[in-house]
Amino acid sequence: MESLIQNILNALQWGSFYSLIALGYCLVYGVLSLINFAHGDIFMAGAYFAFFGATFLLGKMGIIPPGMPGWVVLALTIPISMVLTSALGVTLERVAYRPLRRKGAHKLYVVITALMCGLVLENGNLALLGASRKNFPTLVPQVVYSLGGVSVTNLKVAVILVAVLSFLFLHYVVGKTKIGMAMQAISYDRFAVPLMGIPTDTVIVFTFVLGSSFAALAGVLFAMSYPVLDPFMGALIGWKAFIAAVVGGIGSIRGAFAGGFLLGFVEIMVVAFFPSTFRDLIAFSILLLILSLKPTGLFGVARRTKI
Amino acid sequence: MRRFIVPAATASLLGLILLASMTDALNLYWQSVLMFMGINIILSTSLNLVNGNMGEFSCGHAGFMAVGAYVSSVLAVALFAPGGFMGGPYLPGYLTVFIFPLLLLAGGLAAAVTGLLVALPSFKTRGDYLAIITIAASYIIKSTIENVGAVGGARGFMGMAKITTAMTDVWDIPWMLLWVFAAVIFTLVVIRRYVSSTFGKGVDAVRQDEIAAEIMSVDTDRIKLVTFMLSSGLAGIAGGLFAFVLGYINPGSFTIIKSTEAMVMVYLGGMGSISGATLSAIVFTLLMEVLRPLQVGKWVIIPMMLILLMQFRPEGFFGHRELTDIVPGLRRLLGREGDGK
Repeated sequence: MESLIQNILNALQWGSFYSLIALGYCLVYGVLSLINFAHGDIFMAGAYFAFFGATFLLGKMGIIPPGMPGWVVLALTIPISMVLTSALGVTLERVAYRPLRRKGAHKLYVVITALMCGLVLENGNLALLGASRKNFPTLVPQVVYSLGGVSVTNLKVAVILVAVLSFLFLHYVVGKTKIGMAMQAISYDRFAVPLMGIPTDTVIVFTFVLGSSFAALAGVLFAMSYPVLDPFMGALIGWKAFIAAVVGGIGSIRGAFAGGFLLGFVEIMVVAFFPSTFRDLIAFSILLLILSLKPTGLFGVARRTKI
Repeated sequence: MRRFIVPAATASLLGLILLASMTDALNLYWQSVLMFMGINIILSTSLNLVNGNMGEFSCGHAGFMAVGAYVSSVLAVALFAPGGFMGGPYLPGYLTVFIFPLLLLAGGLAAAVTGLLVALPSFKTRGDYLAIITIAASYIIKSTIENVGAVGGARGFMGMAKITTAMTDVWDIPWMLLWVFAAVIFTLVVIRRYVSSTFGKGVDAVRQDEIAAEIMSVDTDRIKLVTFMLSSGLAGIAGGLFAFVLGYINPGSFTIIKSTEAMVMVYLGGMGSISGATLSAIVFTLLMEVLRPLQVGKWVIIPMMLILLMQFRPEGFFGHRELTDIVPGLRRLLGREGDGK
């Protein structure tokens, strides 16, 4: 029983990472119907920005004096990383995707561009910073609470809480605010929206800011939980988060979170009962099965093709 | 007379390559570059069938390559390698020369059957969802291989060098170069005949408008099934060759990077063009060699090139045109055989 609860907690933590990343795929897909394959690497960039932000603020670069308490550094690192990562996401949009969209290029070309942008980020990072892995500094000491045999760290609770709060926040932003409704409108009918006086490009930039900053948030949390950074950390987790988004029904926030947590649960449960090398195999097989049975994902709405 | 131009040119090219490698005019390094070039040609033309001609977006080509690589090398080692794996050699060494193409075909066949993993979901799903299915399929394949201890798991599998030495014991010529060349010709002929057949026109129809094709009595499901299986089968053959050229394989060789390489070649050359895919495979292989001193930097430059290409010439170098469409004189020279249609 205790191990079950322990596993559920671990699954919630994993699921939180997947959900936060899946969200970025889902927002961009909802607005542009474009799979932003570079998103996993934006997550990686978020973790790296956090790393540099944290070491800078801790005074290890010698510009500002050391001695700032850990929680202040963390509180400053998160917004720094979110802003820088959003800037990166918007840069990709402006430099790579928007010109193609202006030309009315086929969607496939944009997808390929996205895939290549991801590779550039990964390998550019590797070429710039070298292959040595970076150790993320401990900002807040881990506290382990144990409740009747179940041990919980403060970090784990924080990760899960952040994911849930982000979900509520995004649900509010997309559902209730003006710009969120504009996002929904664009995903509903891309051609009528500019005619209604909605600035499409602003909405798209906002979408990228939203998606990238939550990827950065996931990056910070991930770097704190697993404090070793390498340039390819975003690749596999990004693919998996994308699969989670698709299983949830890409384009719906609820779907992204449901898919992320589902994937987290599947992976942790597989590891709990099978050898850990089976994790990817079984997780992907289940997802393949779900997609074959329900091709639009759990929360996706089938769009009928008109002839 | 004209009918013989293409076969004669092919045969003399092969003769030239073999002669050059045997007289050391072509050193081992250039031989291996040539072999990888051939493997890349098979990969890019076979992926082109799905991504270019059929207009799907498959990004898990390396998975099928892995199936072919493992099946053909495990079979070869089990049949011919002395001692160790699965008892002794069941067949004498000189038979390798005759059995080897069959082993490659067996690998291709196994890969084609694995292609069902993608082909069957493709009946219902399309576009982005199918893309994710192909990725998932390639991860499933890689992960399965990692979990089968009998073929080495994540450590990899070796012993293929014994088979290649057994072949050179029979007759000392660069056998692998010969096999790669033969496989490239086989692939190009199969794909060209497939695309230009009536059935192949259906593949184009599926790309242009699936629903309209269905109304025009094109059996879209069957076309998708056959095309996916053919494409993955050819990728399996490429995988088999890859295994024997390298002499060592591990699941890590068949990651998403390998699939991306194949995609880069397809989109560089232009979708739906066999000559485009072939030429871009050649250019890509040479480019990889030229950029080798840059190490990881080449993986910044190559994606950058593709990004620029997408901005300024998204249809690739050729873009649904063949070499014969661009150089009309070539068609006259080659007669009907090089028609390209």
